[in-house]
Amino acid sequence: MAQITLQNLAHSYSAAPKSDADYALKEMHHVWQDGGAYALLGASGCGKTTLLNIISGLVRPSHGRVLFGNTDVTDAPTAERNIAQVFQFPVVYDTMTVRDNLAFPLRNRGMDAGYIAGRVGQIAKMIGMEDKLDRKARGLTADAKQKISLGRGMVRQDVNAILFDEPLTVIDPHMKWELRTQLKALHRELGHTMIYVTHDQTEALTFADKVVVMHEGRVVQMGTPEELFETPAHTFVGYFIGSPGMNLLDAKIDGATAHIAGHAIPLGKNYAATGRTQIGIRPEFISLTTGTGLPFTLRRVEDVGRHRIVRGEAAGTPINIIAGEGEAIGADMTHVTFDAAKINVYADDWRINGAA
Amino acid sequence: MDKTQNNKAWFLVLPVLVLVAFSAVIPLMTVVNYSVQDTFGQNDFFWAGLSWFEDAISSDRLHEALWRQILFSVIILAIEVPLGIFIAMNMPKSGFWASLVLILMALPLLIPFNVVGTIWQIFGRGDIGLLGHTLDAMGIDYNYTNDPIDAWFTVIIMDVWHWTSLVALLAYAGLQSIPQAYYQAARIDQASRWSVFRYIELPKLQGVLLIAVLLRFMDSFMIYTEPFVVTGGGPGNSTTFLSIDLVKQATGQFDLGPAAAFSIIYFLVILLISWVFYTVMTNLDKQETF
Amino acid sequence: MRIKSSTVVMTLYLLFLLIPIYWLINMSLKTNQEITSGFTLFPHTFTLANYATILTDPSWYNGYINSIIYVTMNVVISLTVALPAAYAFSRYSFMGDKHLFFWLLTNRMAPPAVFALPFFQLYSSVGLFDTHIAIALAHCLFNVPLAVWILEGFMRGVPKEIDETAYIDGYSFGRFFVKIFMPLIASGIGVAAFFCFMFSWVELLLSRTLATVNAKSIAATMTRTVSASGMDWGVLAAAGVLTIVPGALVIYFVRNYIAKGFALGRV
Repeated sequence: MAQITLQNLAHSYSAAPKSDADYALKEMHHVWQDGGAYALLGASGCGKTTLLNIISGLVRPSHGRVLFGNTDVTDAPTAERNIAQVFQFPVVYDTMTVRDNLAFPLRNRGMDAGYIAGRVGQIAKMIGMEDKLDRKARGLTADAKQKISLGRGMVRQDVNAILFDEPLTVIDPHMKWELRTQLKALHRELGHTMIYVTHDQTEALTFADKVVVMHEGRVVQMGTPEELFETPAHTFVGYFIGSPGMNLLDAKIDGATAHIAGHAIPLGKNYAATGRTQIGIRPEFISLTTGTGLPFTLRRVEDVGRHRIVRGEAAGTPINIIAGEGEAIGADMTHVTFDAAKINVYADDWRINGAA
Repeated sequence: MDKTQNNKAWFLVLPVLVLVAFSAVIPLMTVVNYSVQDTFGQNDFFWAGLSWFEDAISSDRLHEALWRQILFSVIILAIEVPLGIFIAMNMPKSGFWASLVLILMALPLLIPFNVVGTIWQIFGRGDIGLLGHTLDAMGIDYNYTNDPIDAWFTVIIMDVWHWTSLVALLAYAGLQSIPQAYYQAARIDQASRWSVFRYIELPKLQGVLLIAVLLRFMDSFMIYTEPFVVTGGGPGNSTTFLSIDLVKQATGQFDLGPAAAFSIIYFLVILLISWVFYTVMTNLDKQETF
Repeated sequence: MRIKSSTVVMTLYLLFLLIPIYWLINMSLKTNQEITSGFTLFPHTFTLANYATILTDPSWYNGYINSIIYVTMNVVISLTVALPAAYAFSRYSFMGDKHLFFWLLTNRMAPPAVFALPFFQLYSSVGLFDTHIAIALAHCLFNVPLAVWILEGFMRGVPKEIDETAYIDGYSFGRFFVKIFMPLIASGIGVAAFFCFMFSWVELLLSRTLATVNAKSIAATMTRTVSASGMDWGVLAAAGVLTIVPGALVIYFVRNYIAKGFALGRV
C-alpha cells in the first residue's frame, strides 16, 4: 500500500502538442493518500480514463512522473506496479471455475497453497459466491461475473491500489446499490487505496471519501462530498454535482455586494473579483418571498417526492429552487432571496475566497 | 435472438430449395440409381442390389484410398491449425502493414486449384524449380515423381502453403474480437504468456477454430485438383486420394456402378464427420448465449 | 535496432507464401530457351512474348472471358436466392428449419468428384452442356449453402427492432429489405460475394467436366495445354499469373472485411 503522487503530470496523445487543446490531461499535481477511497468523476471524454490508464501503467504520461510511495513508477509496466483493476464489463477467465478465477492472481505470484485456499474462501464469502465456487465462470450472469472480477481485484492483500473503471455499468439497478455498499464495507475492512471512475455523481458521492472532479482534461476540484456541495471550486462542479445543479448568475461584484440587474445582493464577505464574475447559489438555499429580493418569474413546480423543484427565471437566467414539502407556493411569490452564507463567487469560472 | 414462429418463411427459402434440389438432389439420385444397377452396354441396365456396396466396402482399393485420405487430412490439420494460430498471433494488429499482410496472405486462397498445382509442380522440379533445384544442390535426393515420400512431402507442403492462411485469418478475426481489457487484466494478474493463450485466447478462439477445422477437414477430404496436377496420384498409387480414385474409376474406366457406390460411401463418411463437428459447434453457440 | 520476433515470423511466412508465386512470375517473363537451358533466379532475357501469346490467341483469352462470365453469373444467382433464405433463417423459426439448414450445409460438404458425372448427364439431358449457365448452376451446389451461412451470420448481428420499426413505419417487406436491410448488411453481402467468387473461380473439376469448347474455363484451358503441346512452360506460367490477377483485385476491394468474413460473420 502506498500513497500515489502525480508530479506535474500531463498527457497528450499527439507527438508534438502545440496548444492546450492537444492535451488530454492538463498539467496537474496531486497527492492521493494511502488508504483513501477516491472517486474520479466527470462527463465522458473529460480525461478520467486517461488518468486511470496512466496510474495503471497502460499509458505512459508524456510529461511528469507518477510515484507510488517514494518509488518512481512512471516507466514501470503494469505488472510491476502491483495494482488491481476492475473493468467496465466483467473480465473473467471463462474456462476456469470461480475458485480458480479468484486464485489466479495469487497462484501467478507463487503464493502458498494453504494461504490461497483461505484467502479465496474469505473473498468468496465477501462477494457472496461461496456456493458457486466450483462452477465454471462461463454461463454465469453478468452480475455474478462482475462480482468475480471484484473479488479477483481484492484477493491480493498487498496491492498498492485497486482501480475501478465504471464497474457497475452492466449491473442491474437493484444490484448496483448492493454492490456499492459491499465495496464501501470492503474498503473499511481492507483499507486499500481505491480509485473509482464514474460519471454518476450518486455513485461517486456515496462511495468516496474524496471526489476528484474532472472537466476538459483538468482536475477542477478534489474534495469531500460536503466540500463539493458547499464550496464548488469551479462552476462546472457546481453545475455537475447536485440535482438540480447550482444556479449561476452573472453579477457585478463590488466589495461585499453583488449587483444583478440593478439589484443589490449582500454577500457577507468582501471580494476583489476581476474578469467575468458570477455568483453561484444552490437551489437548496434560495427562498421565495412575496416582495423582498430579486424579481422572479415562476414557470413550473415539479413534485419529486421528498421535496419540490420550482423552476423559473430571474434577471434573464433560469433559476431552480428546492422547496420543502410543507412550504406554500403561491402566485404572489414574485421575488427570491439568497442565503448570504451559502453564496459562492466565481471569477472566470473559478471560485474566489472572500475576506471577512 | 428470439425468433418468431412463422411457417410462411418457407416461401423465402423456396428459391434455395428449388435451386439446390436441381443441382444436388437430382444428381444424387442418379448416383443412387447407378449404385444399385449393372450395365452391359450403353443404355442397358439391370438391378444389382447392394452388390456394388459390398464390393466397395470390402475392396482393398477403397480402404487404401480412405486411409491415405485420413492420413492426409490428419497431417494437414495437425500442421495448419497450430501454425495458423501461431501466424495469427504474430500478425500486425492495425495500420498499413496489417492491410498489406492480410492481402498478401489471402493471395494463395484466390488462385485456381490447378494453378496451385502448376506452381508447385514447377517449383518442385529439379531442373527448373527453385525448391527442387535448391534441394538437389544441397545434396538431398528429392524427386516427387519417383519417390512416394517426396511426393507426399510436396503435396503436404503445397496444402500448407495454400490453406494455412485461411486458418490464420480465421484465428486473426477471433483474436481481434477479444477486448483489450482481457489482456490488461492478465497483465495485472501477472499471467504468463502461456496462461494468456490458454485461458483467454484459446477459449475465445474456440468458435472460429471449429469453423476452420470444419472447412479444412471438408476441403482436404475432397481434395482433387492440386495433387492430381502435381503427381497425378502417383508414384504408383501413393498419392491417390479418394476423389482422384473416384474420378479414375468413373471417367477413366467408366465403372459406373462401383463408382456410384464408392461416391455414396464417400459422401456418407464426410457427412458423418461433419455432422459431429456441426453438433459440437451449435452446442457451443448455445453456451455462448446464456 | 531491435527487431521484434513477430516481424521475423511474418517475414518468413510471407516469404514462404510469395516465393512460389515469384517463381511463377519469374518463369512467365523468360523465354522457353532460358527456362530449359539453365537455372536463373531472374529473367536474363526479359520477354513479354508469353503474355502476348495468351492475349492474342482466342483459344487462350476466351478461357478468361468464359471463366469471368460463369463466375459472375454464379455470384448473382447465389446471392439472389441466398439473401431471402438467410433472412428467413436469421429471423424466423419454422417447421423443419434446423434440418433444412443442416441439409443445405451438407451440400457444401459434397465432394465435386461425386457430382461430376451426374452433372454431366443432367446438363446434357436438358441441353445445357457446354454453356456458362450450366457451370454457374453447378457451382451453386457449394456456393449457395456457403452464402446462406455467411449472410445468416451477418444478419444475426442486426437487431430485430429495426425490422419491426420499419414495418410500423409502413414499409412493405420488399421495400424494407432492399432499402433498409440490405444496406445494413452491405459488408456481409460483399463478403458473401467474395467467397462465391473465390470458390467458383478456383474450382476446376466441375467446370472442366461441364464444358468442352464454348464455355471452357481458363483452368481447363491450362490443363489441356499442358498435356497437348508438350511443355510450353513460359506460356503456362504466364497463364497462371493471369489467373492470379482477378483474385488479387477482388481481395483489394474487400481487404477491410477479410478477417471478419473468414469468420463467416460469426465474430
